[in-house]
Parts: sequence; C-alpha cells; structure tokens
Amino acid sequence: MDLPLLWFLIIAVLWTGYFVLEGFDFGVGMLLKPFARAEKERRALLGTIGPVWDGNEVWLITAGGATFAAFPEWYATMFSGFYLPLMIILLALIVRVCAIEWRGKINDDAWRSRADWGHTFGAWVPAVLWGVAFANLVQGMHIEVVDGNHQLTGGFVSLITPFTLVGGAVTACLFLTHGAVFLALKTDGDVRRRAGRLARRMSVVSLVVAGGWGLWAQLAFSANTFSWAPFAVAAAAMVGVVVATRADREGWAFTLNALVIVAGVALVFCIMFPNVMPSSLNPAWSLSIDAAASTQATLTLMSVVALILVPVVLLYQGWTYWVFRKRLTADQFDEHEGLHPTRIRAFEPAGARPTPALPDGAARPGGITPGQGSAAGPAGTSGPDGSAPGPADTSGTS
Amino acid sequence: METLDLARWQFAITTVYHFILVPLTIGLAPLVAIMQTAWVRTGKESWNKLRKFFGKILLINFALGVATGIVQEFQFGMNWSEYSRFMGDIFGAPLAIEALAAFFLESTFLGLWIFGEGRLPKWLHTTCIWLVAVGTNLSAYWILAANSWMQHPVGAVYNPETGRAELDGIGGFFQIMTNNTLLAAYSHTVATSFLVAGTFVAGICGWWIVRSVRAGRTEEARGIWRPGAYVGLIATVAAGLAVMGTGDFQGKLMYEQQPMKMSAAEALCEGEESAAFSILTIGDLSNSCEGVRHLIQLPGVTSYLGTGHFTGEESYLPGVNDLQKEYTQRYADQFGTDVDYQPNLALTYWSFRLMIGPAAFSAALALAGLWLLRKGRVTDSVWFSRLCLVALPMPFIGASFGWIFTETGRQPWVVAPNPANPVDQVYLLTQDGVSTVVSSGSVITSMVLFTLLYAGLGVTWFLLIRRYVREGVEPPPTRVDDSEVSGPEPTLTFSY
Repeated sequence: MDLPLLWFLIIAVLWTGYFVLEGFDFGVGMLLKPFARAEKERRALLGTIGPVWDGNEVWLITAGGATFAAFPEWYATMFSGFYLPLMIILLALIVRVCAIEWRGKINDDAWRSRADWGHTFGAWVPAVLWGVAFANLVQGMHIEVVDGNHQLTGGFVSLITPFTLVGGAVTACLFLTHGAVFLALKTDGDVRRRAGRLARRMSVVSLVVAGGWGLWAQLAFSANTFSWAPFAVAAAAMVGVVVATRADREGWAFTLNALVIVAGVALVFCIMFPNVMPSSLNPAWSLSIDAAASTQATLTLMSVVALILVPVVLLYQGWTYWVFRKRLTADQFDEHEGLHPTRIRAFEPAGARPTPALPDGAARPGGITPGQGSAAGPAGTSGPDGSAPGPADTSGTS
Repeated sequence: METLDLARWQFAITTVYHFILVPLTIGLAPLVAIMQTAWVRTGKESWNKLRKFFGKILLINFALGVATGIVQEFQFGMNWSEYSRFMGDIFGAPLAIEALAAFFLESTFLGLWIFGEGRLPKWLHTTCIWLVAVGTNLSAYWILAANSWMQHPVGAVYNPETGRAELDGIGGFFQIMTNNTLLAAYSHTVATSFLVAGTFVAGICGWWIVRSVRAGRTEEARGIWRPGAYVGLIATVAAGLAVMGTGDFQGKLMYEQQPMKMSAAEALCEGEESAAFSILTIGDLSNSCEGVRHLIQLPGVTSYLGTGHFTGEESYLPGVNDLQKEYTQRYADQFGTDVDYQPNLALTYWSFRLMIGPAAFSAALALAGLWLLRKGRVTDSVWFSRLCLVALPMPFIGASFGWIFTETGRQPWVVAPNPANPVDQVYLLTQDGVSTVVSSGSVITSMVLFTLLYAGLGVTWFLLIRRYVREGVEPPPTRVDDSEVSGPEPTLTFSY
C-alpha cells in the first residue's frame, strides 16, 4: 500500500467527518436566530446538538493534527498561507464554544441573547470560510518554491476570487440544508413541521448553487476525468434530498444530504489529486502528495494508530447518537435555566422565599455581562408567569 | 517589532492563557469523578450536591479550555511554519495521537455525562465522568511528549538530503514516548494540576464552612462542605509532595540536559562548587552578569538541586558565561560567533521563584485545614476563610510561571540541542522557525484580536465561576408549598 496515498485518503475522511457532523451543528447555529420563535424553541434547537457538538468539533482538531503528522509541508504551507481566514475561523469557533456552553448559566434574556448572537457569528463565519478555503484548494493558489520550500506568497487578496466566494456560498447552503434536515429528523411538533418546510426550500437552493459550482470546478479546474464520479454522486444525492424532503422522508433526506457532503469533499480531493496544494502560477511548483509527506516510519506508525483508534471513536460516537436518539419538542424545555443574574440564593437570610424575577425595566447593579458587546442595560423581562428559578429549577445535572 | 518577537509574544499569550484553564480541568475532572463515585457507593445526598456544584464549575472552565485549545493546534502552522517543516515528521504524530486518543474521549463522554443523567444507568453515567478524567490526563501525556521532545530531542535523525529532522524508525517513536524528560515533565505537570484543583476544592469548601457556620447552618458545614474540603485537602497534600519530588528530579535532569536554563534560573554567572541558592537578588539582571548581587542565600542548595551534592567536586555547576563560550565555539561554523545563547536572565530567575513561592499558600491552607477540621470539627475562623480566598489563585500563578520558566529558559532554541549527541543537527534556533510568508501586520492583527477576545472571555469566565461558587449547593429540600413555585416541570434534566 502506498502510504502517502493512504494518508491522503485518511485526511479526506477526517475532513468529511468534520463537515458531515459539524455541518448540521453549524446549520442549527445558523438557524438559531431566524428560525426559532421563542425561548423554548431555541432551547429545543440547542438540545438537538447539545450532547454531540463538542465531539463533532474534535474532527477538525484531528484533521489538523493528522495533516501535521502525515504532511508537515502541507500543514506549514496551508496554515501560514491561509493566515487571516484561518484566524477569523478560529475566533469564530472560540466564540461559538463559549456561547453554547455558557448560554444557560445565567437566567437572563439579555445574557441569552448575547450568547445567541455569538453562536450565530460562530456558525455563519466558519460555514462560509471553510468553503472559501477549499475552493482555493480546487482552484490552485499563488504557490512558489522559495529555498526548496513551497510557500503560499499571494497573501490574503489572492485567496478571494469569484470562484472561491461562490465556494463559500456552497458550504453555507449545504450546511443550512443539513441543519434544517437534521432538525426535522430530531424534533417533533411545530418545529419539525417548519424545519421540514425550510428543508424543502433550502434543498432546491443548494441544488442550484452547489451543482453550479461543482460543474464550474469540474470544467475549469479538474485535470482528472475520474472526478466526474463524485460530482455525479453528489448531484444525484442532491436531487434525492429534494425528493425526500418533499415526501417528508426525514431519515432519507438526512442520509442523502450527508452523502452530498461526502461526495463534495471527495470531489475537492479528486480534483486536487495528485497534489495537496496545486499552484496556479506554475504546475511544477504544485505541492504533490509525495513531496509533502512525512517519512515512511512516521506514516507507518500513524497508520497503525489511526486504524486502531478511528473505528473505536466511530463506535462510541455512534453510541452517543443512539443514546440521544429521541425526538425533542419545545414544550419539554423549561423557560428558565441557570442562575439569577444578581440575586444570590446563599446570601439571602435563612428562610427567604424565592422572589419573582426582575420586574420590567429594573436596573441590574453589578450583574454579570458577557465579555462581548456592551454592558447590559436595563433589560429585565420576567418569565411569563413572573416566577423565578426556585430550588426546583436548579435540577441541572452538572 | 519583528515578526519573530510578535509570534513569540502571541504564542506566549495564547499558551499561558490556555494553561490557566488546563490544570483545573485535569485535576478537577478526577475529583468530581471521585465525588460522584462516593455518592453512588454511599448513597449520601451530600456527595451528590458536591459533585453537581463542582461539576458546574468544571463545565464553565472546560468550555474556555476547549475554545483556547483549538488555536494551539493551528498556531504551529500559522506562525511557525518553518519549524513545522523541519520537525513535523516527529512533532506532528503526538499531536494527532492526542486528538485521536484523548480529545475524542473527553468531549464525547463529557456530552454523555452532561446530558445522560436519567437516561443512562448510574454506573454508566459515573463511568462517563471517569473516562473524561482519563481523557484529560491522557491528552496531557501526548502534548507533553511533543513539548519534552523540543526540550530534549531523542529518537530523531537529521536527513541531509531533505534538510529535515526525521523519525528514527518505529524504535525512535518509543524513545520519544519514554523520553526521561517527558516522564519527569508529565508527572510534574499532573501533580501540579492536582495541586491546583485540590487547592481550588479545599479553598472553596473551607470558605463555605466558615460562611455556613457563621450563618448558623452548622449542619450544612458539617454534612456537605467538610467532606468536600477533605477531598481537596488530601489531594493537595498528596499533590504537594509529588510536585516537590518530581520537581527535584526535573531539576537534576535539567542540569544534565539544559544546563544553561538552570544556571540562568539561579543567576549563576561563573561556574562554582557548592553553589548557593539565592532567595533575593538585586542588581541588573538584564542579560548580563554585571552587577548581580545576591542578598539572601542558602549555601550549597543550588548545587544540591542540580547535582545532589552540597559540597565537593561533584557539586560543581557551570555558569552562564562558561556555557556561552562553550556554545559559541561549538556552533561557530553554523551560526557565526555573535549569537547570544543565554535566555533572559531576569525572567528565568524570577519565574523560577514565582513558581515555587506561591505553592507555599497551598501548603499553608492544607496544614490549617487539616488542623482546624480534625475529628469532625468545623470552624468559624475568619482568618481561615481569608486564607482560603488568598490560596485559590496561588497554584495557578505557580503553574503559569513554571511554564514561563520552562519555555523561556529554552531560548534561543526552539528545539534545544541534546547534549548527549550535540552534532546530530537536530536542533533549531527560534529565529529560524518562524513563518517567512506571514507579515508582521498579520501577526499584530491576530494578536490584538485574540488578546481582546481572550480578555473578554476571561472576565466572563471569572464572573461566572464566582457567581456559581457564591450560589452554594442546593439547599436541603424544605417543605415549600409547590403551588407557589409555579412553572412547568421540565422533563429534561439539563439543557443549554
């Protein structure tokens, strides 16, 4: 077995895992503001990805680490060349992690709203920029050989072309569809109906945008005829998604949309083959699989590790999805989660009764405000019945 | 500022920041697992309250730890691409294995632990938090394998054809995995993490003991906070002893492997026998030995730390100036004769002391706590409660300065030469490792943005933890008339 080629495949598999799994996480995050109508619905949306999003994100970390281990030259050239887009992606991912995890910690509408904006930013930005980055890999980049090393010398401006911008639109549409289909699969009641309706519309938009871009990529940038195969699979699966969403076959729609993403990543890697980073300046300067690869010893070692661990990871991640397979409905969720922003239970005199949430327009002296954005103004809105989180509401697990 | 300085500052800021959060996660996850196990085994509700209380804090901390860790995985390629090219064949493998073996484990089972209560049987739910604890400690091993290799490269050969360091076969990988530097660094880091988390738990529980006793809730102090404090105190004592033992071992190893680092830490300019350990130094330490005056000294202690001998020939330690001459001679052909091989003297000297000093507060807390809480007692001593609050940040400070010492003491090398075979070409100056295609403007942009974002998130993290600590544990169920606490009964145990 040709080890560099095997690792080219493994890197493709890791990115595929990342986009298939985080794709619907991003999609749900992108829909958090425009789709959900009430607090309970937002909680239901977050509940669909709650137990799994963190494990899904590790696929990215693994793809990065595996690229470093198997193709150091690729890792070094790509990440130093993609400096600014990658930095923006990282900033967005940081904000997203904290926005998801900290959202329910303080029972305050202003706090939750800021967290949701952070989550929205953290979902939309990577969803677009990953497409821009991978479209660059398809199109070829401003790569030169300097002192025997491949260097991406074009800077930020060379990464922005019409083709790559459309690539960003492709991933955004695919992930939005993925998120909508996933919501239809994981929820019940009103959310499920509306998510199904959205998936029907989005799948058509995806078919047009992604199909057009795929054709463009294939005709303009591919030197390999075999890359028609993943393109055909992606197109057929995309049509299948349109059909399945119309028939309300949620399981099929989700499976087929995952297949679209799998075939999409395969298309990108097939067009790049036999390079990991094609040069748009001179084919001789392209960074090939063999030139970028580590030594035989490292690749052998990493192959053994990956072939043992990846199946184990898939097994327990799959089990997690099985554990949380039940559909969620909005009315399973409580309006209140987390602590009151200012009133501390333990600092009340003994025997104090839980008092109602803040009255409208009450000021909050010294309440917690998240790091982003301005300090909280008076933004008191009480729960619908004016109840505060009493002892009964602090039944969170952790 | 050059790109090199900016990139170094950026790596320092992001890494020190990340490591404020890391030791708490590494140490607290096992302590929460222990509390949950105690609850499952004894059925006592107090353990359940404690593990929920500290579990919430663990999650708040875990989020920011994950968020800041993402940057580290890509920063090598972004700012240090030439380093990544030269060393990637060796350095990438531990990073990839860390993600495959540890990160997946942590994040997947943490999700199961948070949301799985009530869905999973109790034993399985407890297994989840134990797997998280294993994952956090496993990830430390792999990332330290990578870092220890930079301090003391083994299992690598230089390939003159490609001009790169390459893995010396599969045997080389086992050498990297059993690098004595790694075993010392790993045990020291994990012990430190338990010191951080033990002090954290003991400090918070101690503060709550005093609070609840003074508020007339002695039962809460005795039933909930005292057992919690004991978990923290025992962890602190055991970890404190382990930190001292492993630290001593590491010091001796460092004198063999990186003598320049240790001599700089002691501001030892000329080689001498029976070198003293100075507690206080005045004078200008700005990278020259001129005018250094030691005020308070412990005779022979530095020699002992480095060699195990207080006096005699075997206690001889080389000084910074001797080592500078030696390195200049050795690498003259390659780097010329005007490279400064000394790290920043003031920084290494003071960070070494700021690593050791703050740990004393953990010891003080442990001694006071064990005495005041002996034989089932609780205390209302205001001084003890103040000591608890002061001790909380101290191990964090020590841990940060320990890493600042380790990393800045390695300069000017990004991969320090292994003295056992100094001519095998597997070493790299930091200035040769920085990305060449990245402009200083790009680095400034990212550094400003990351720093601002980290600052905002850091403040939020602190306020959240403080808010949750002050909330306390859930009160014992009182017979409140349920009709007054209205609102639907949630059917899910946890949601975002």
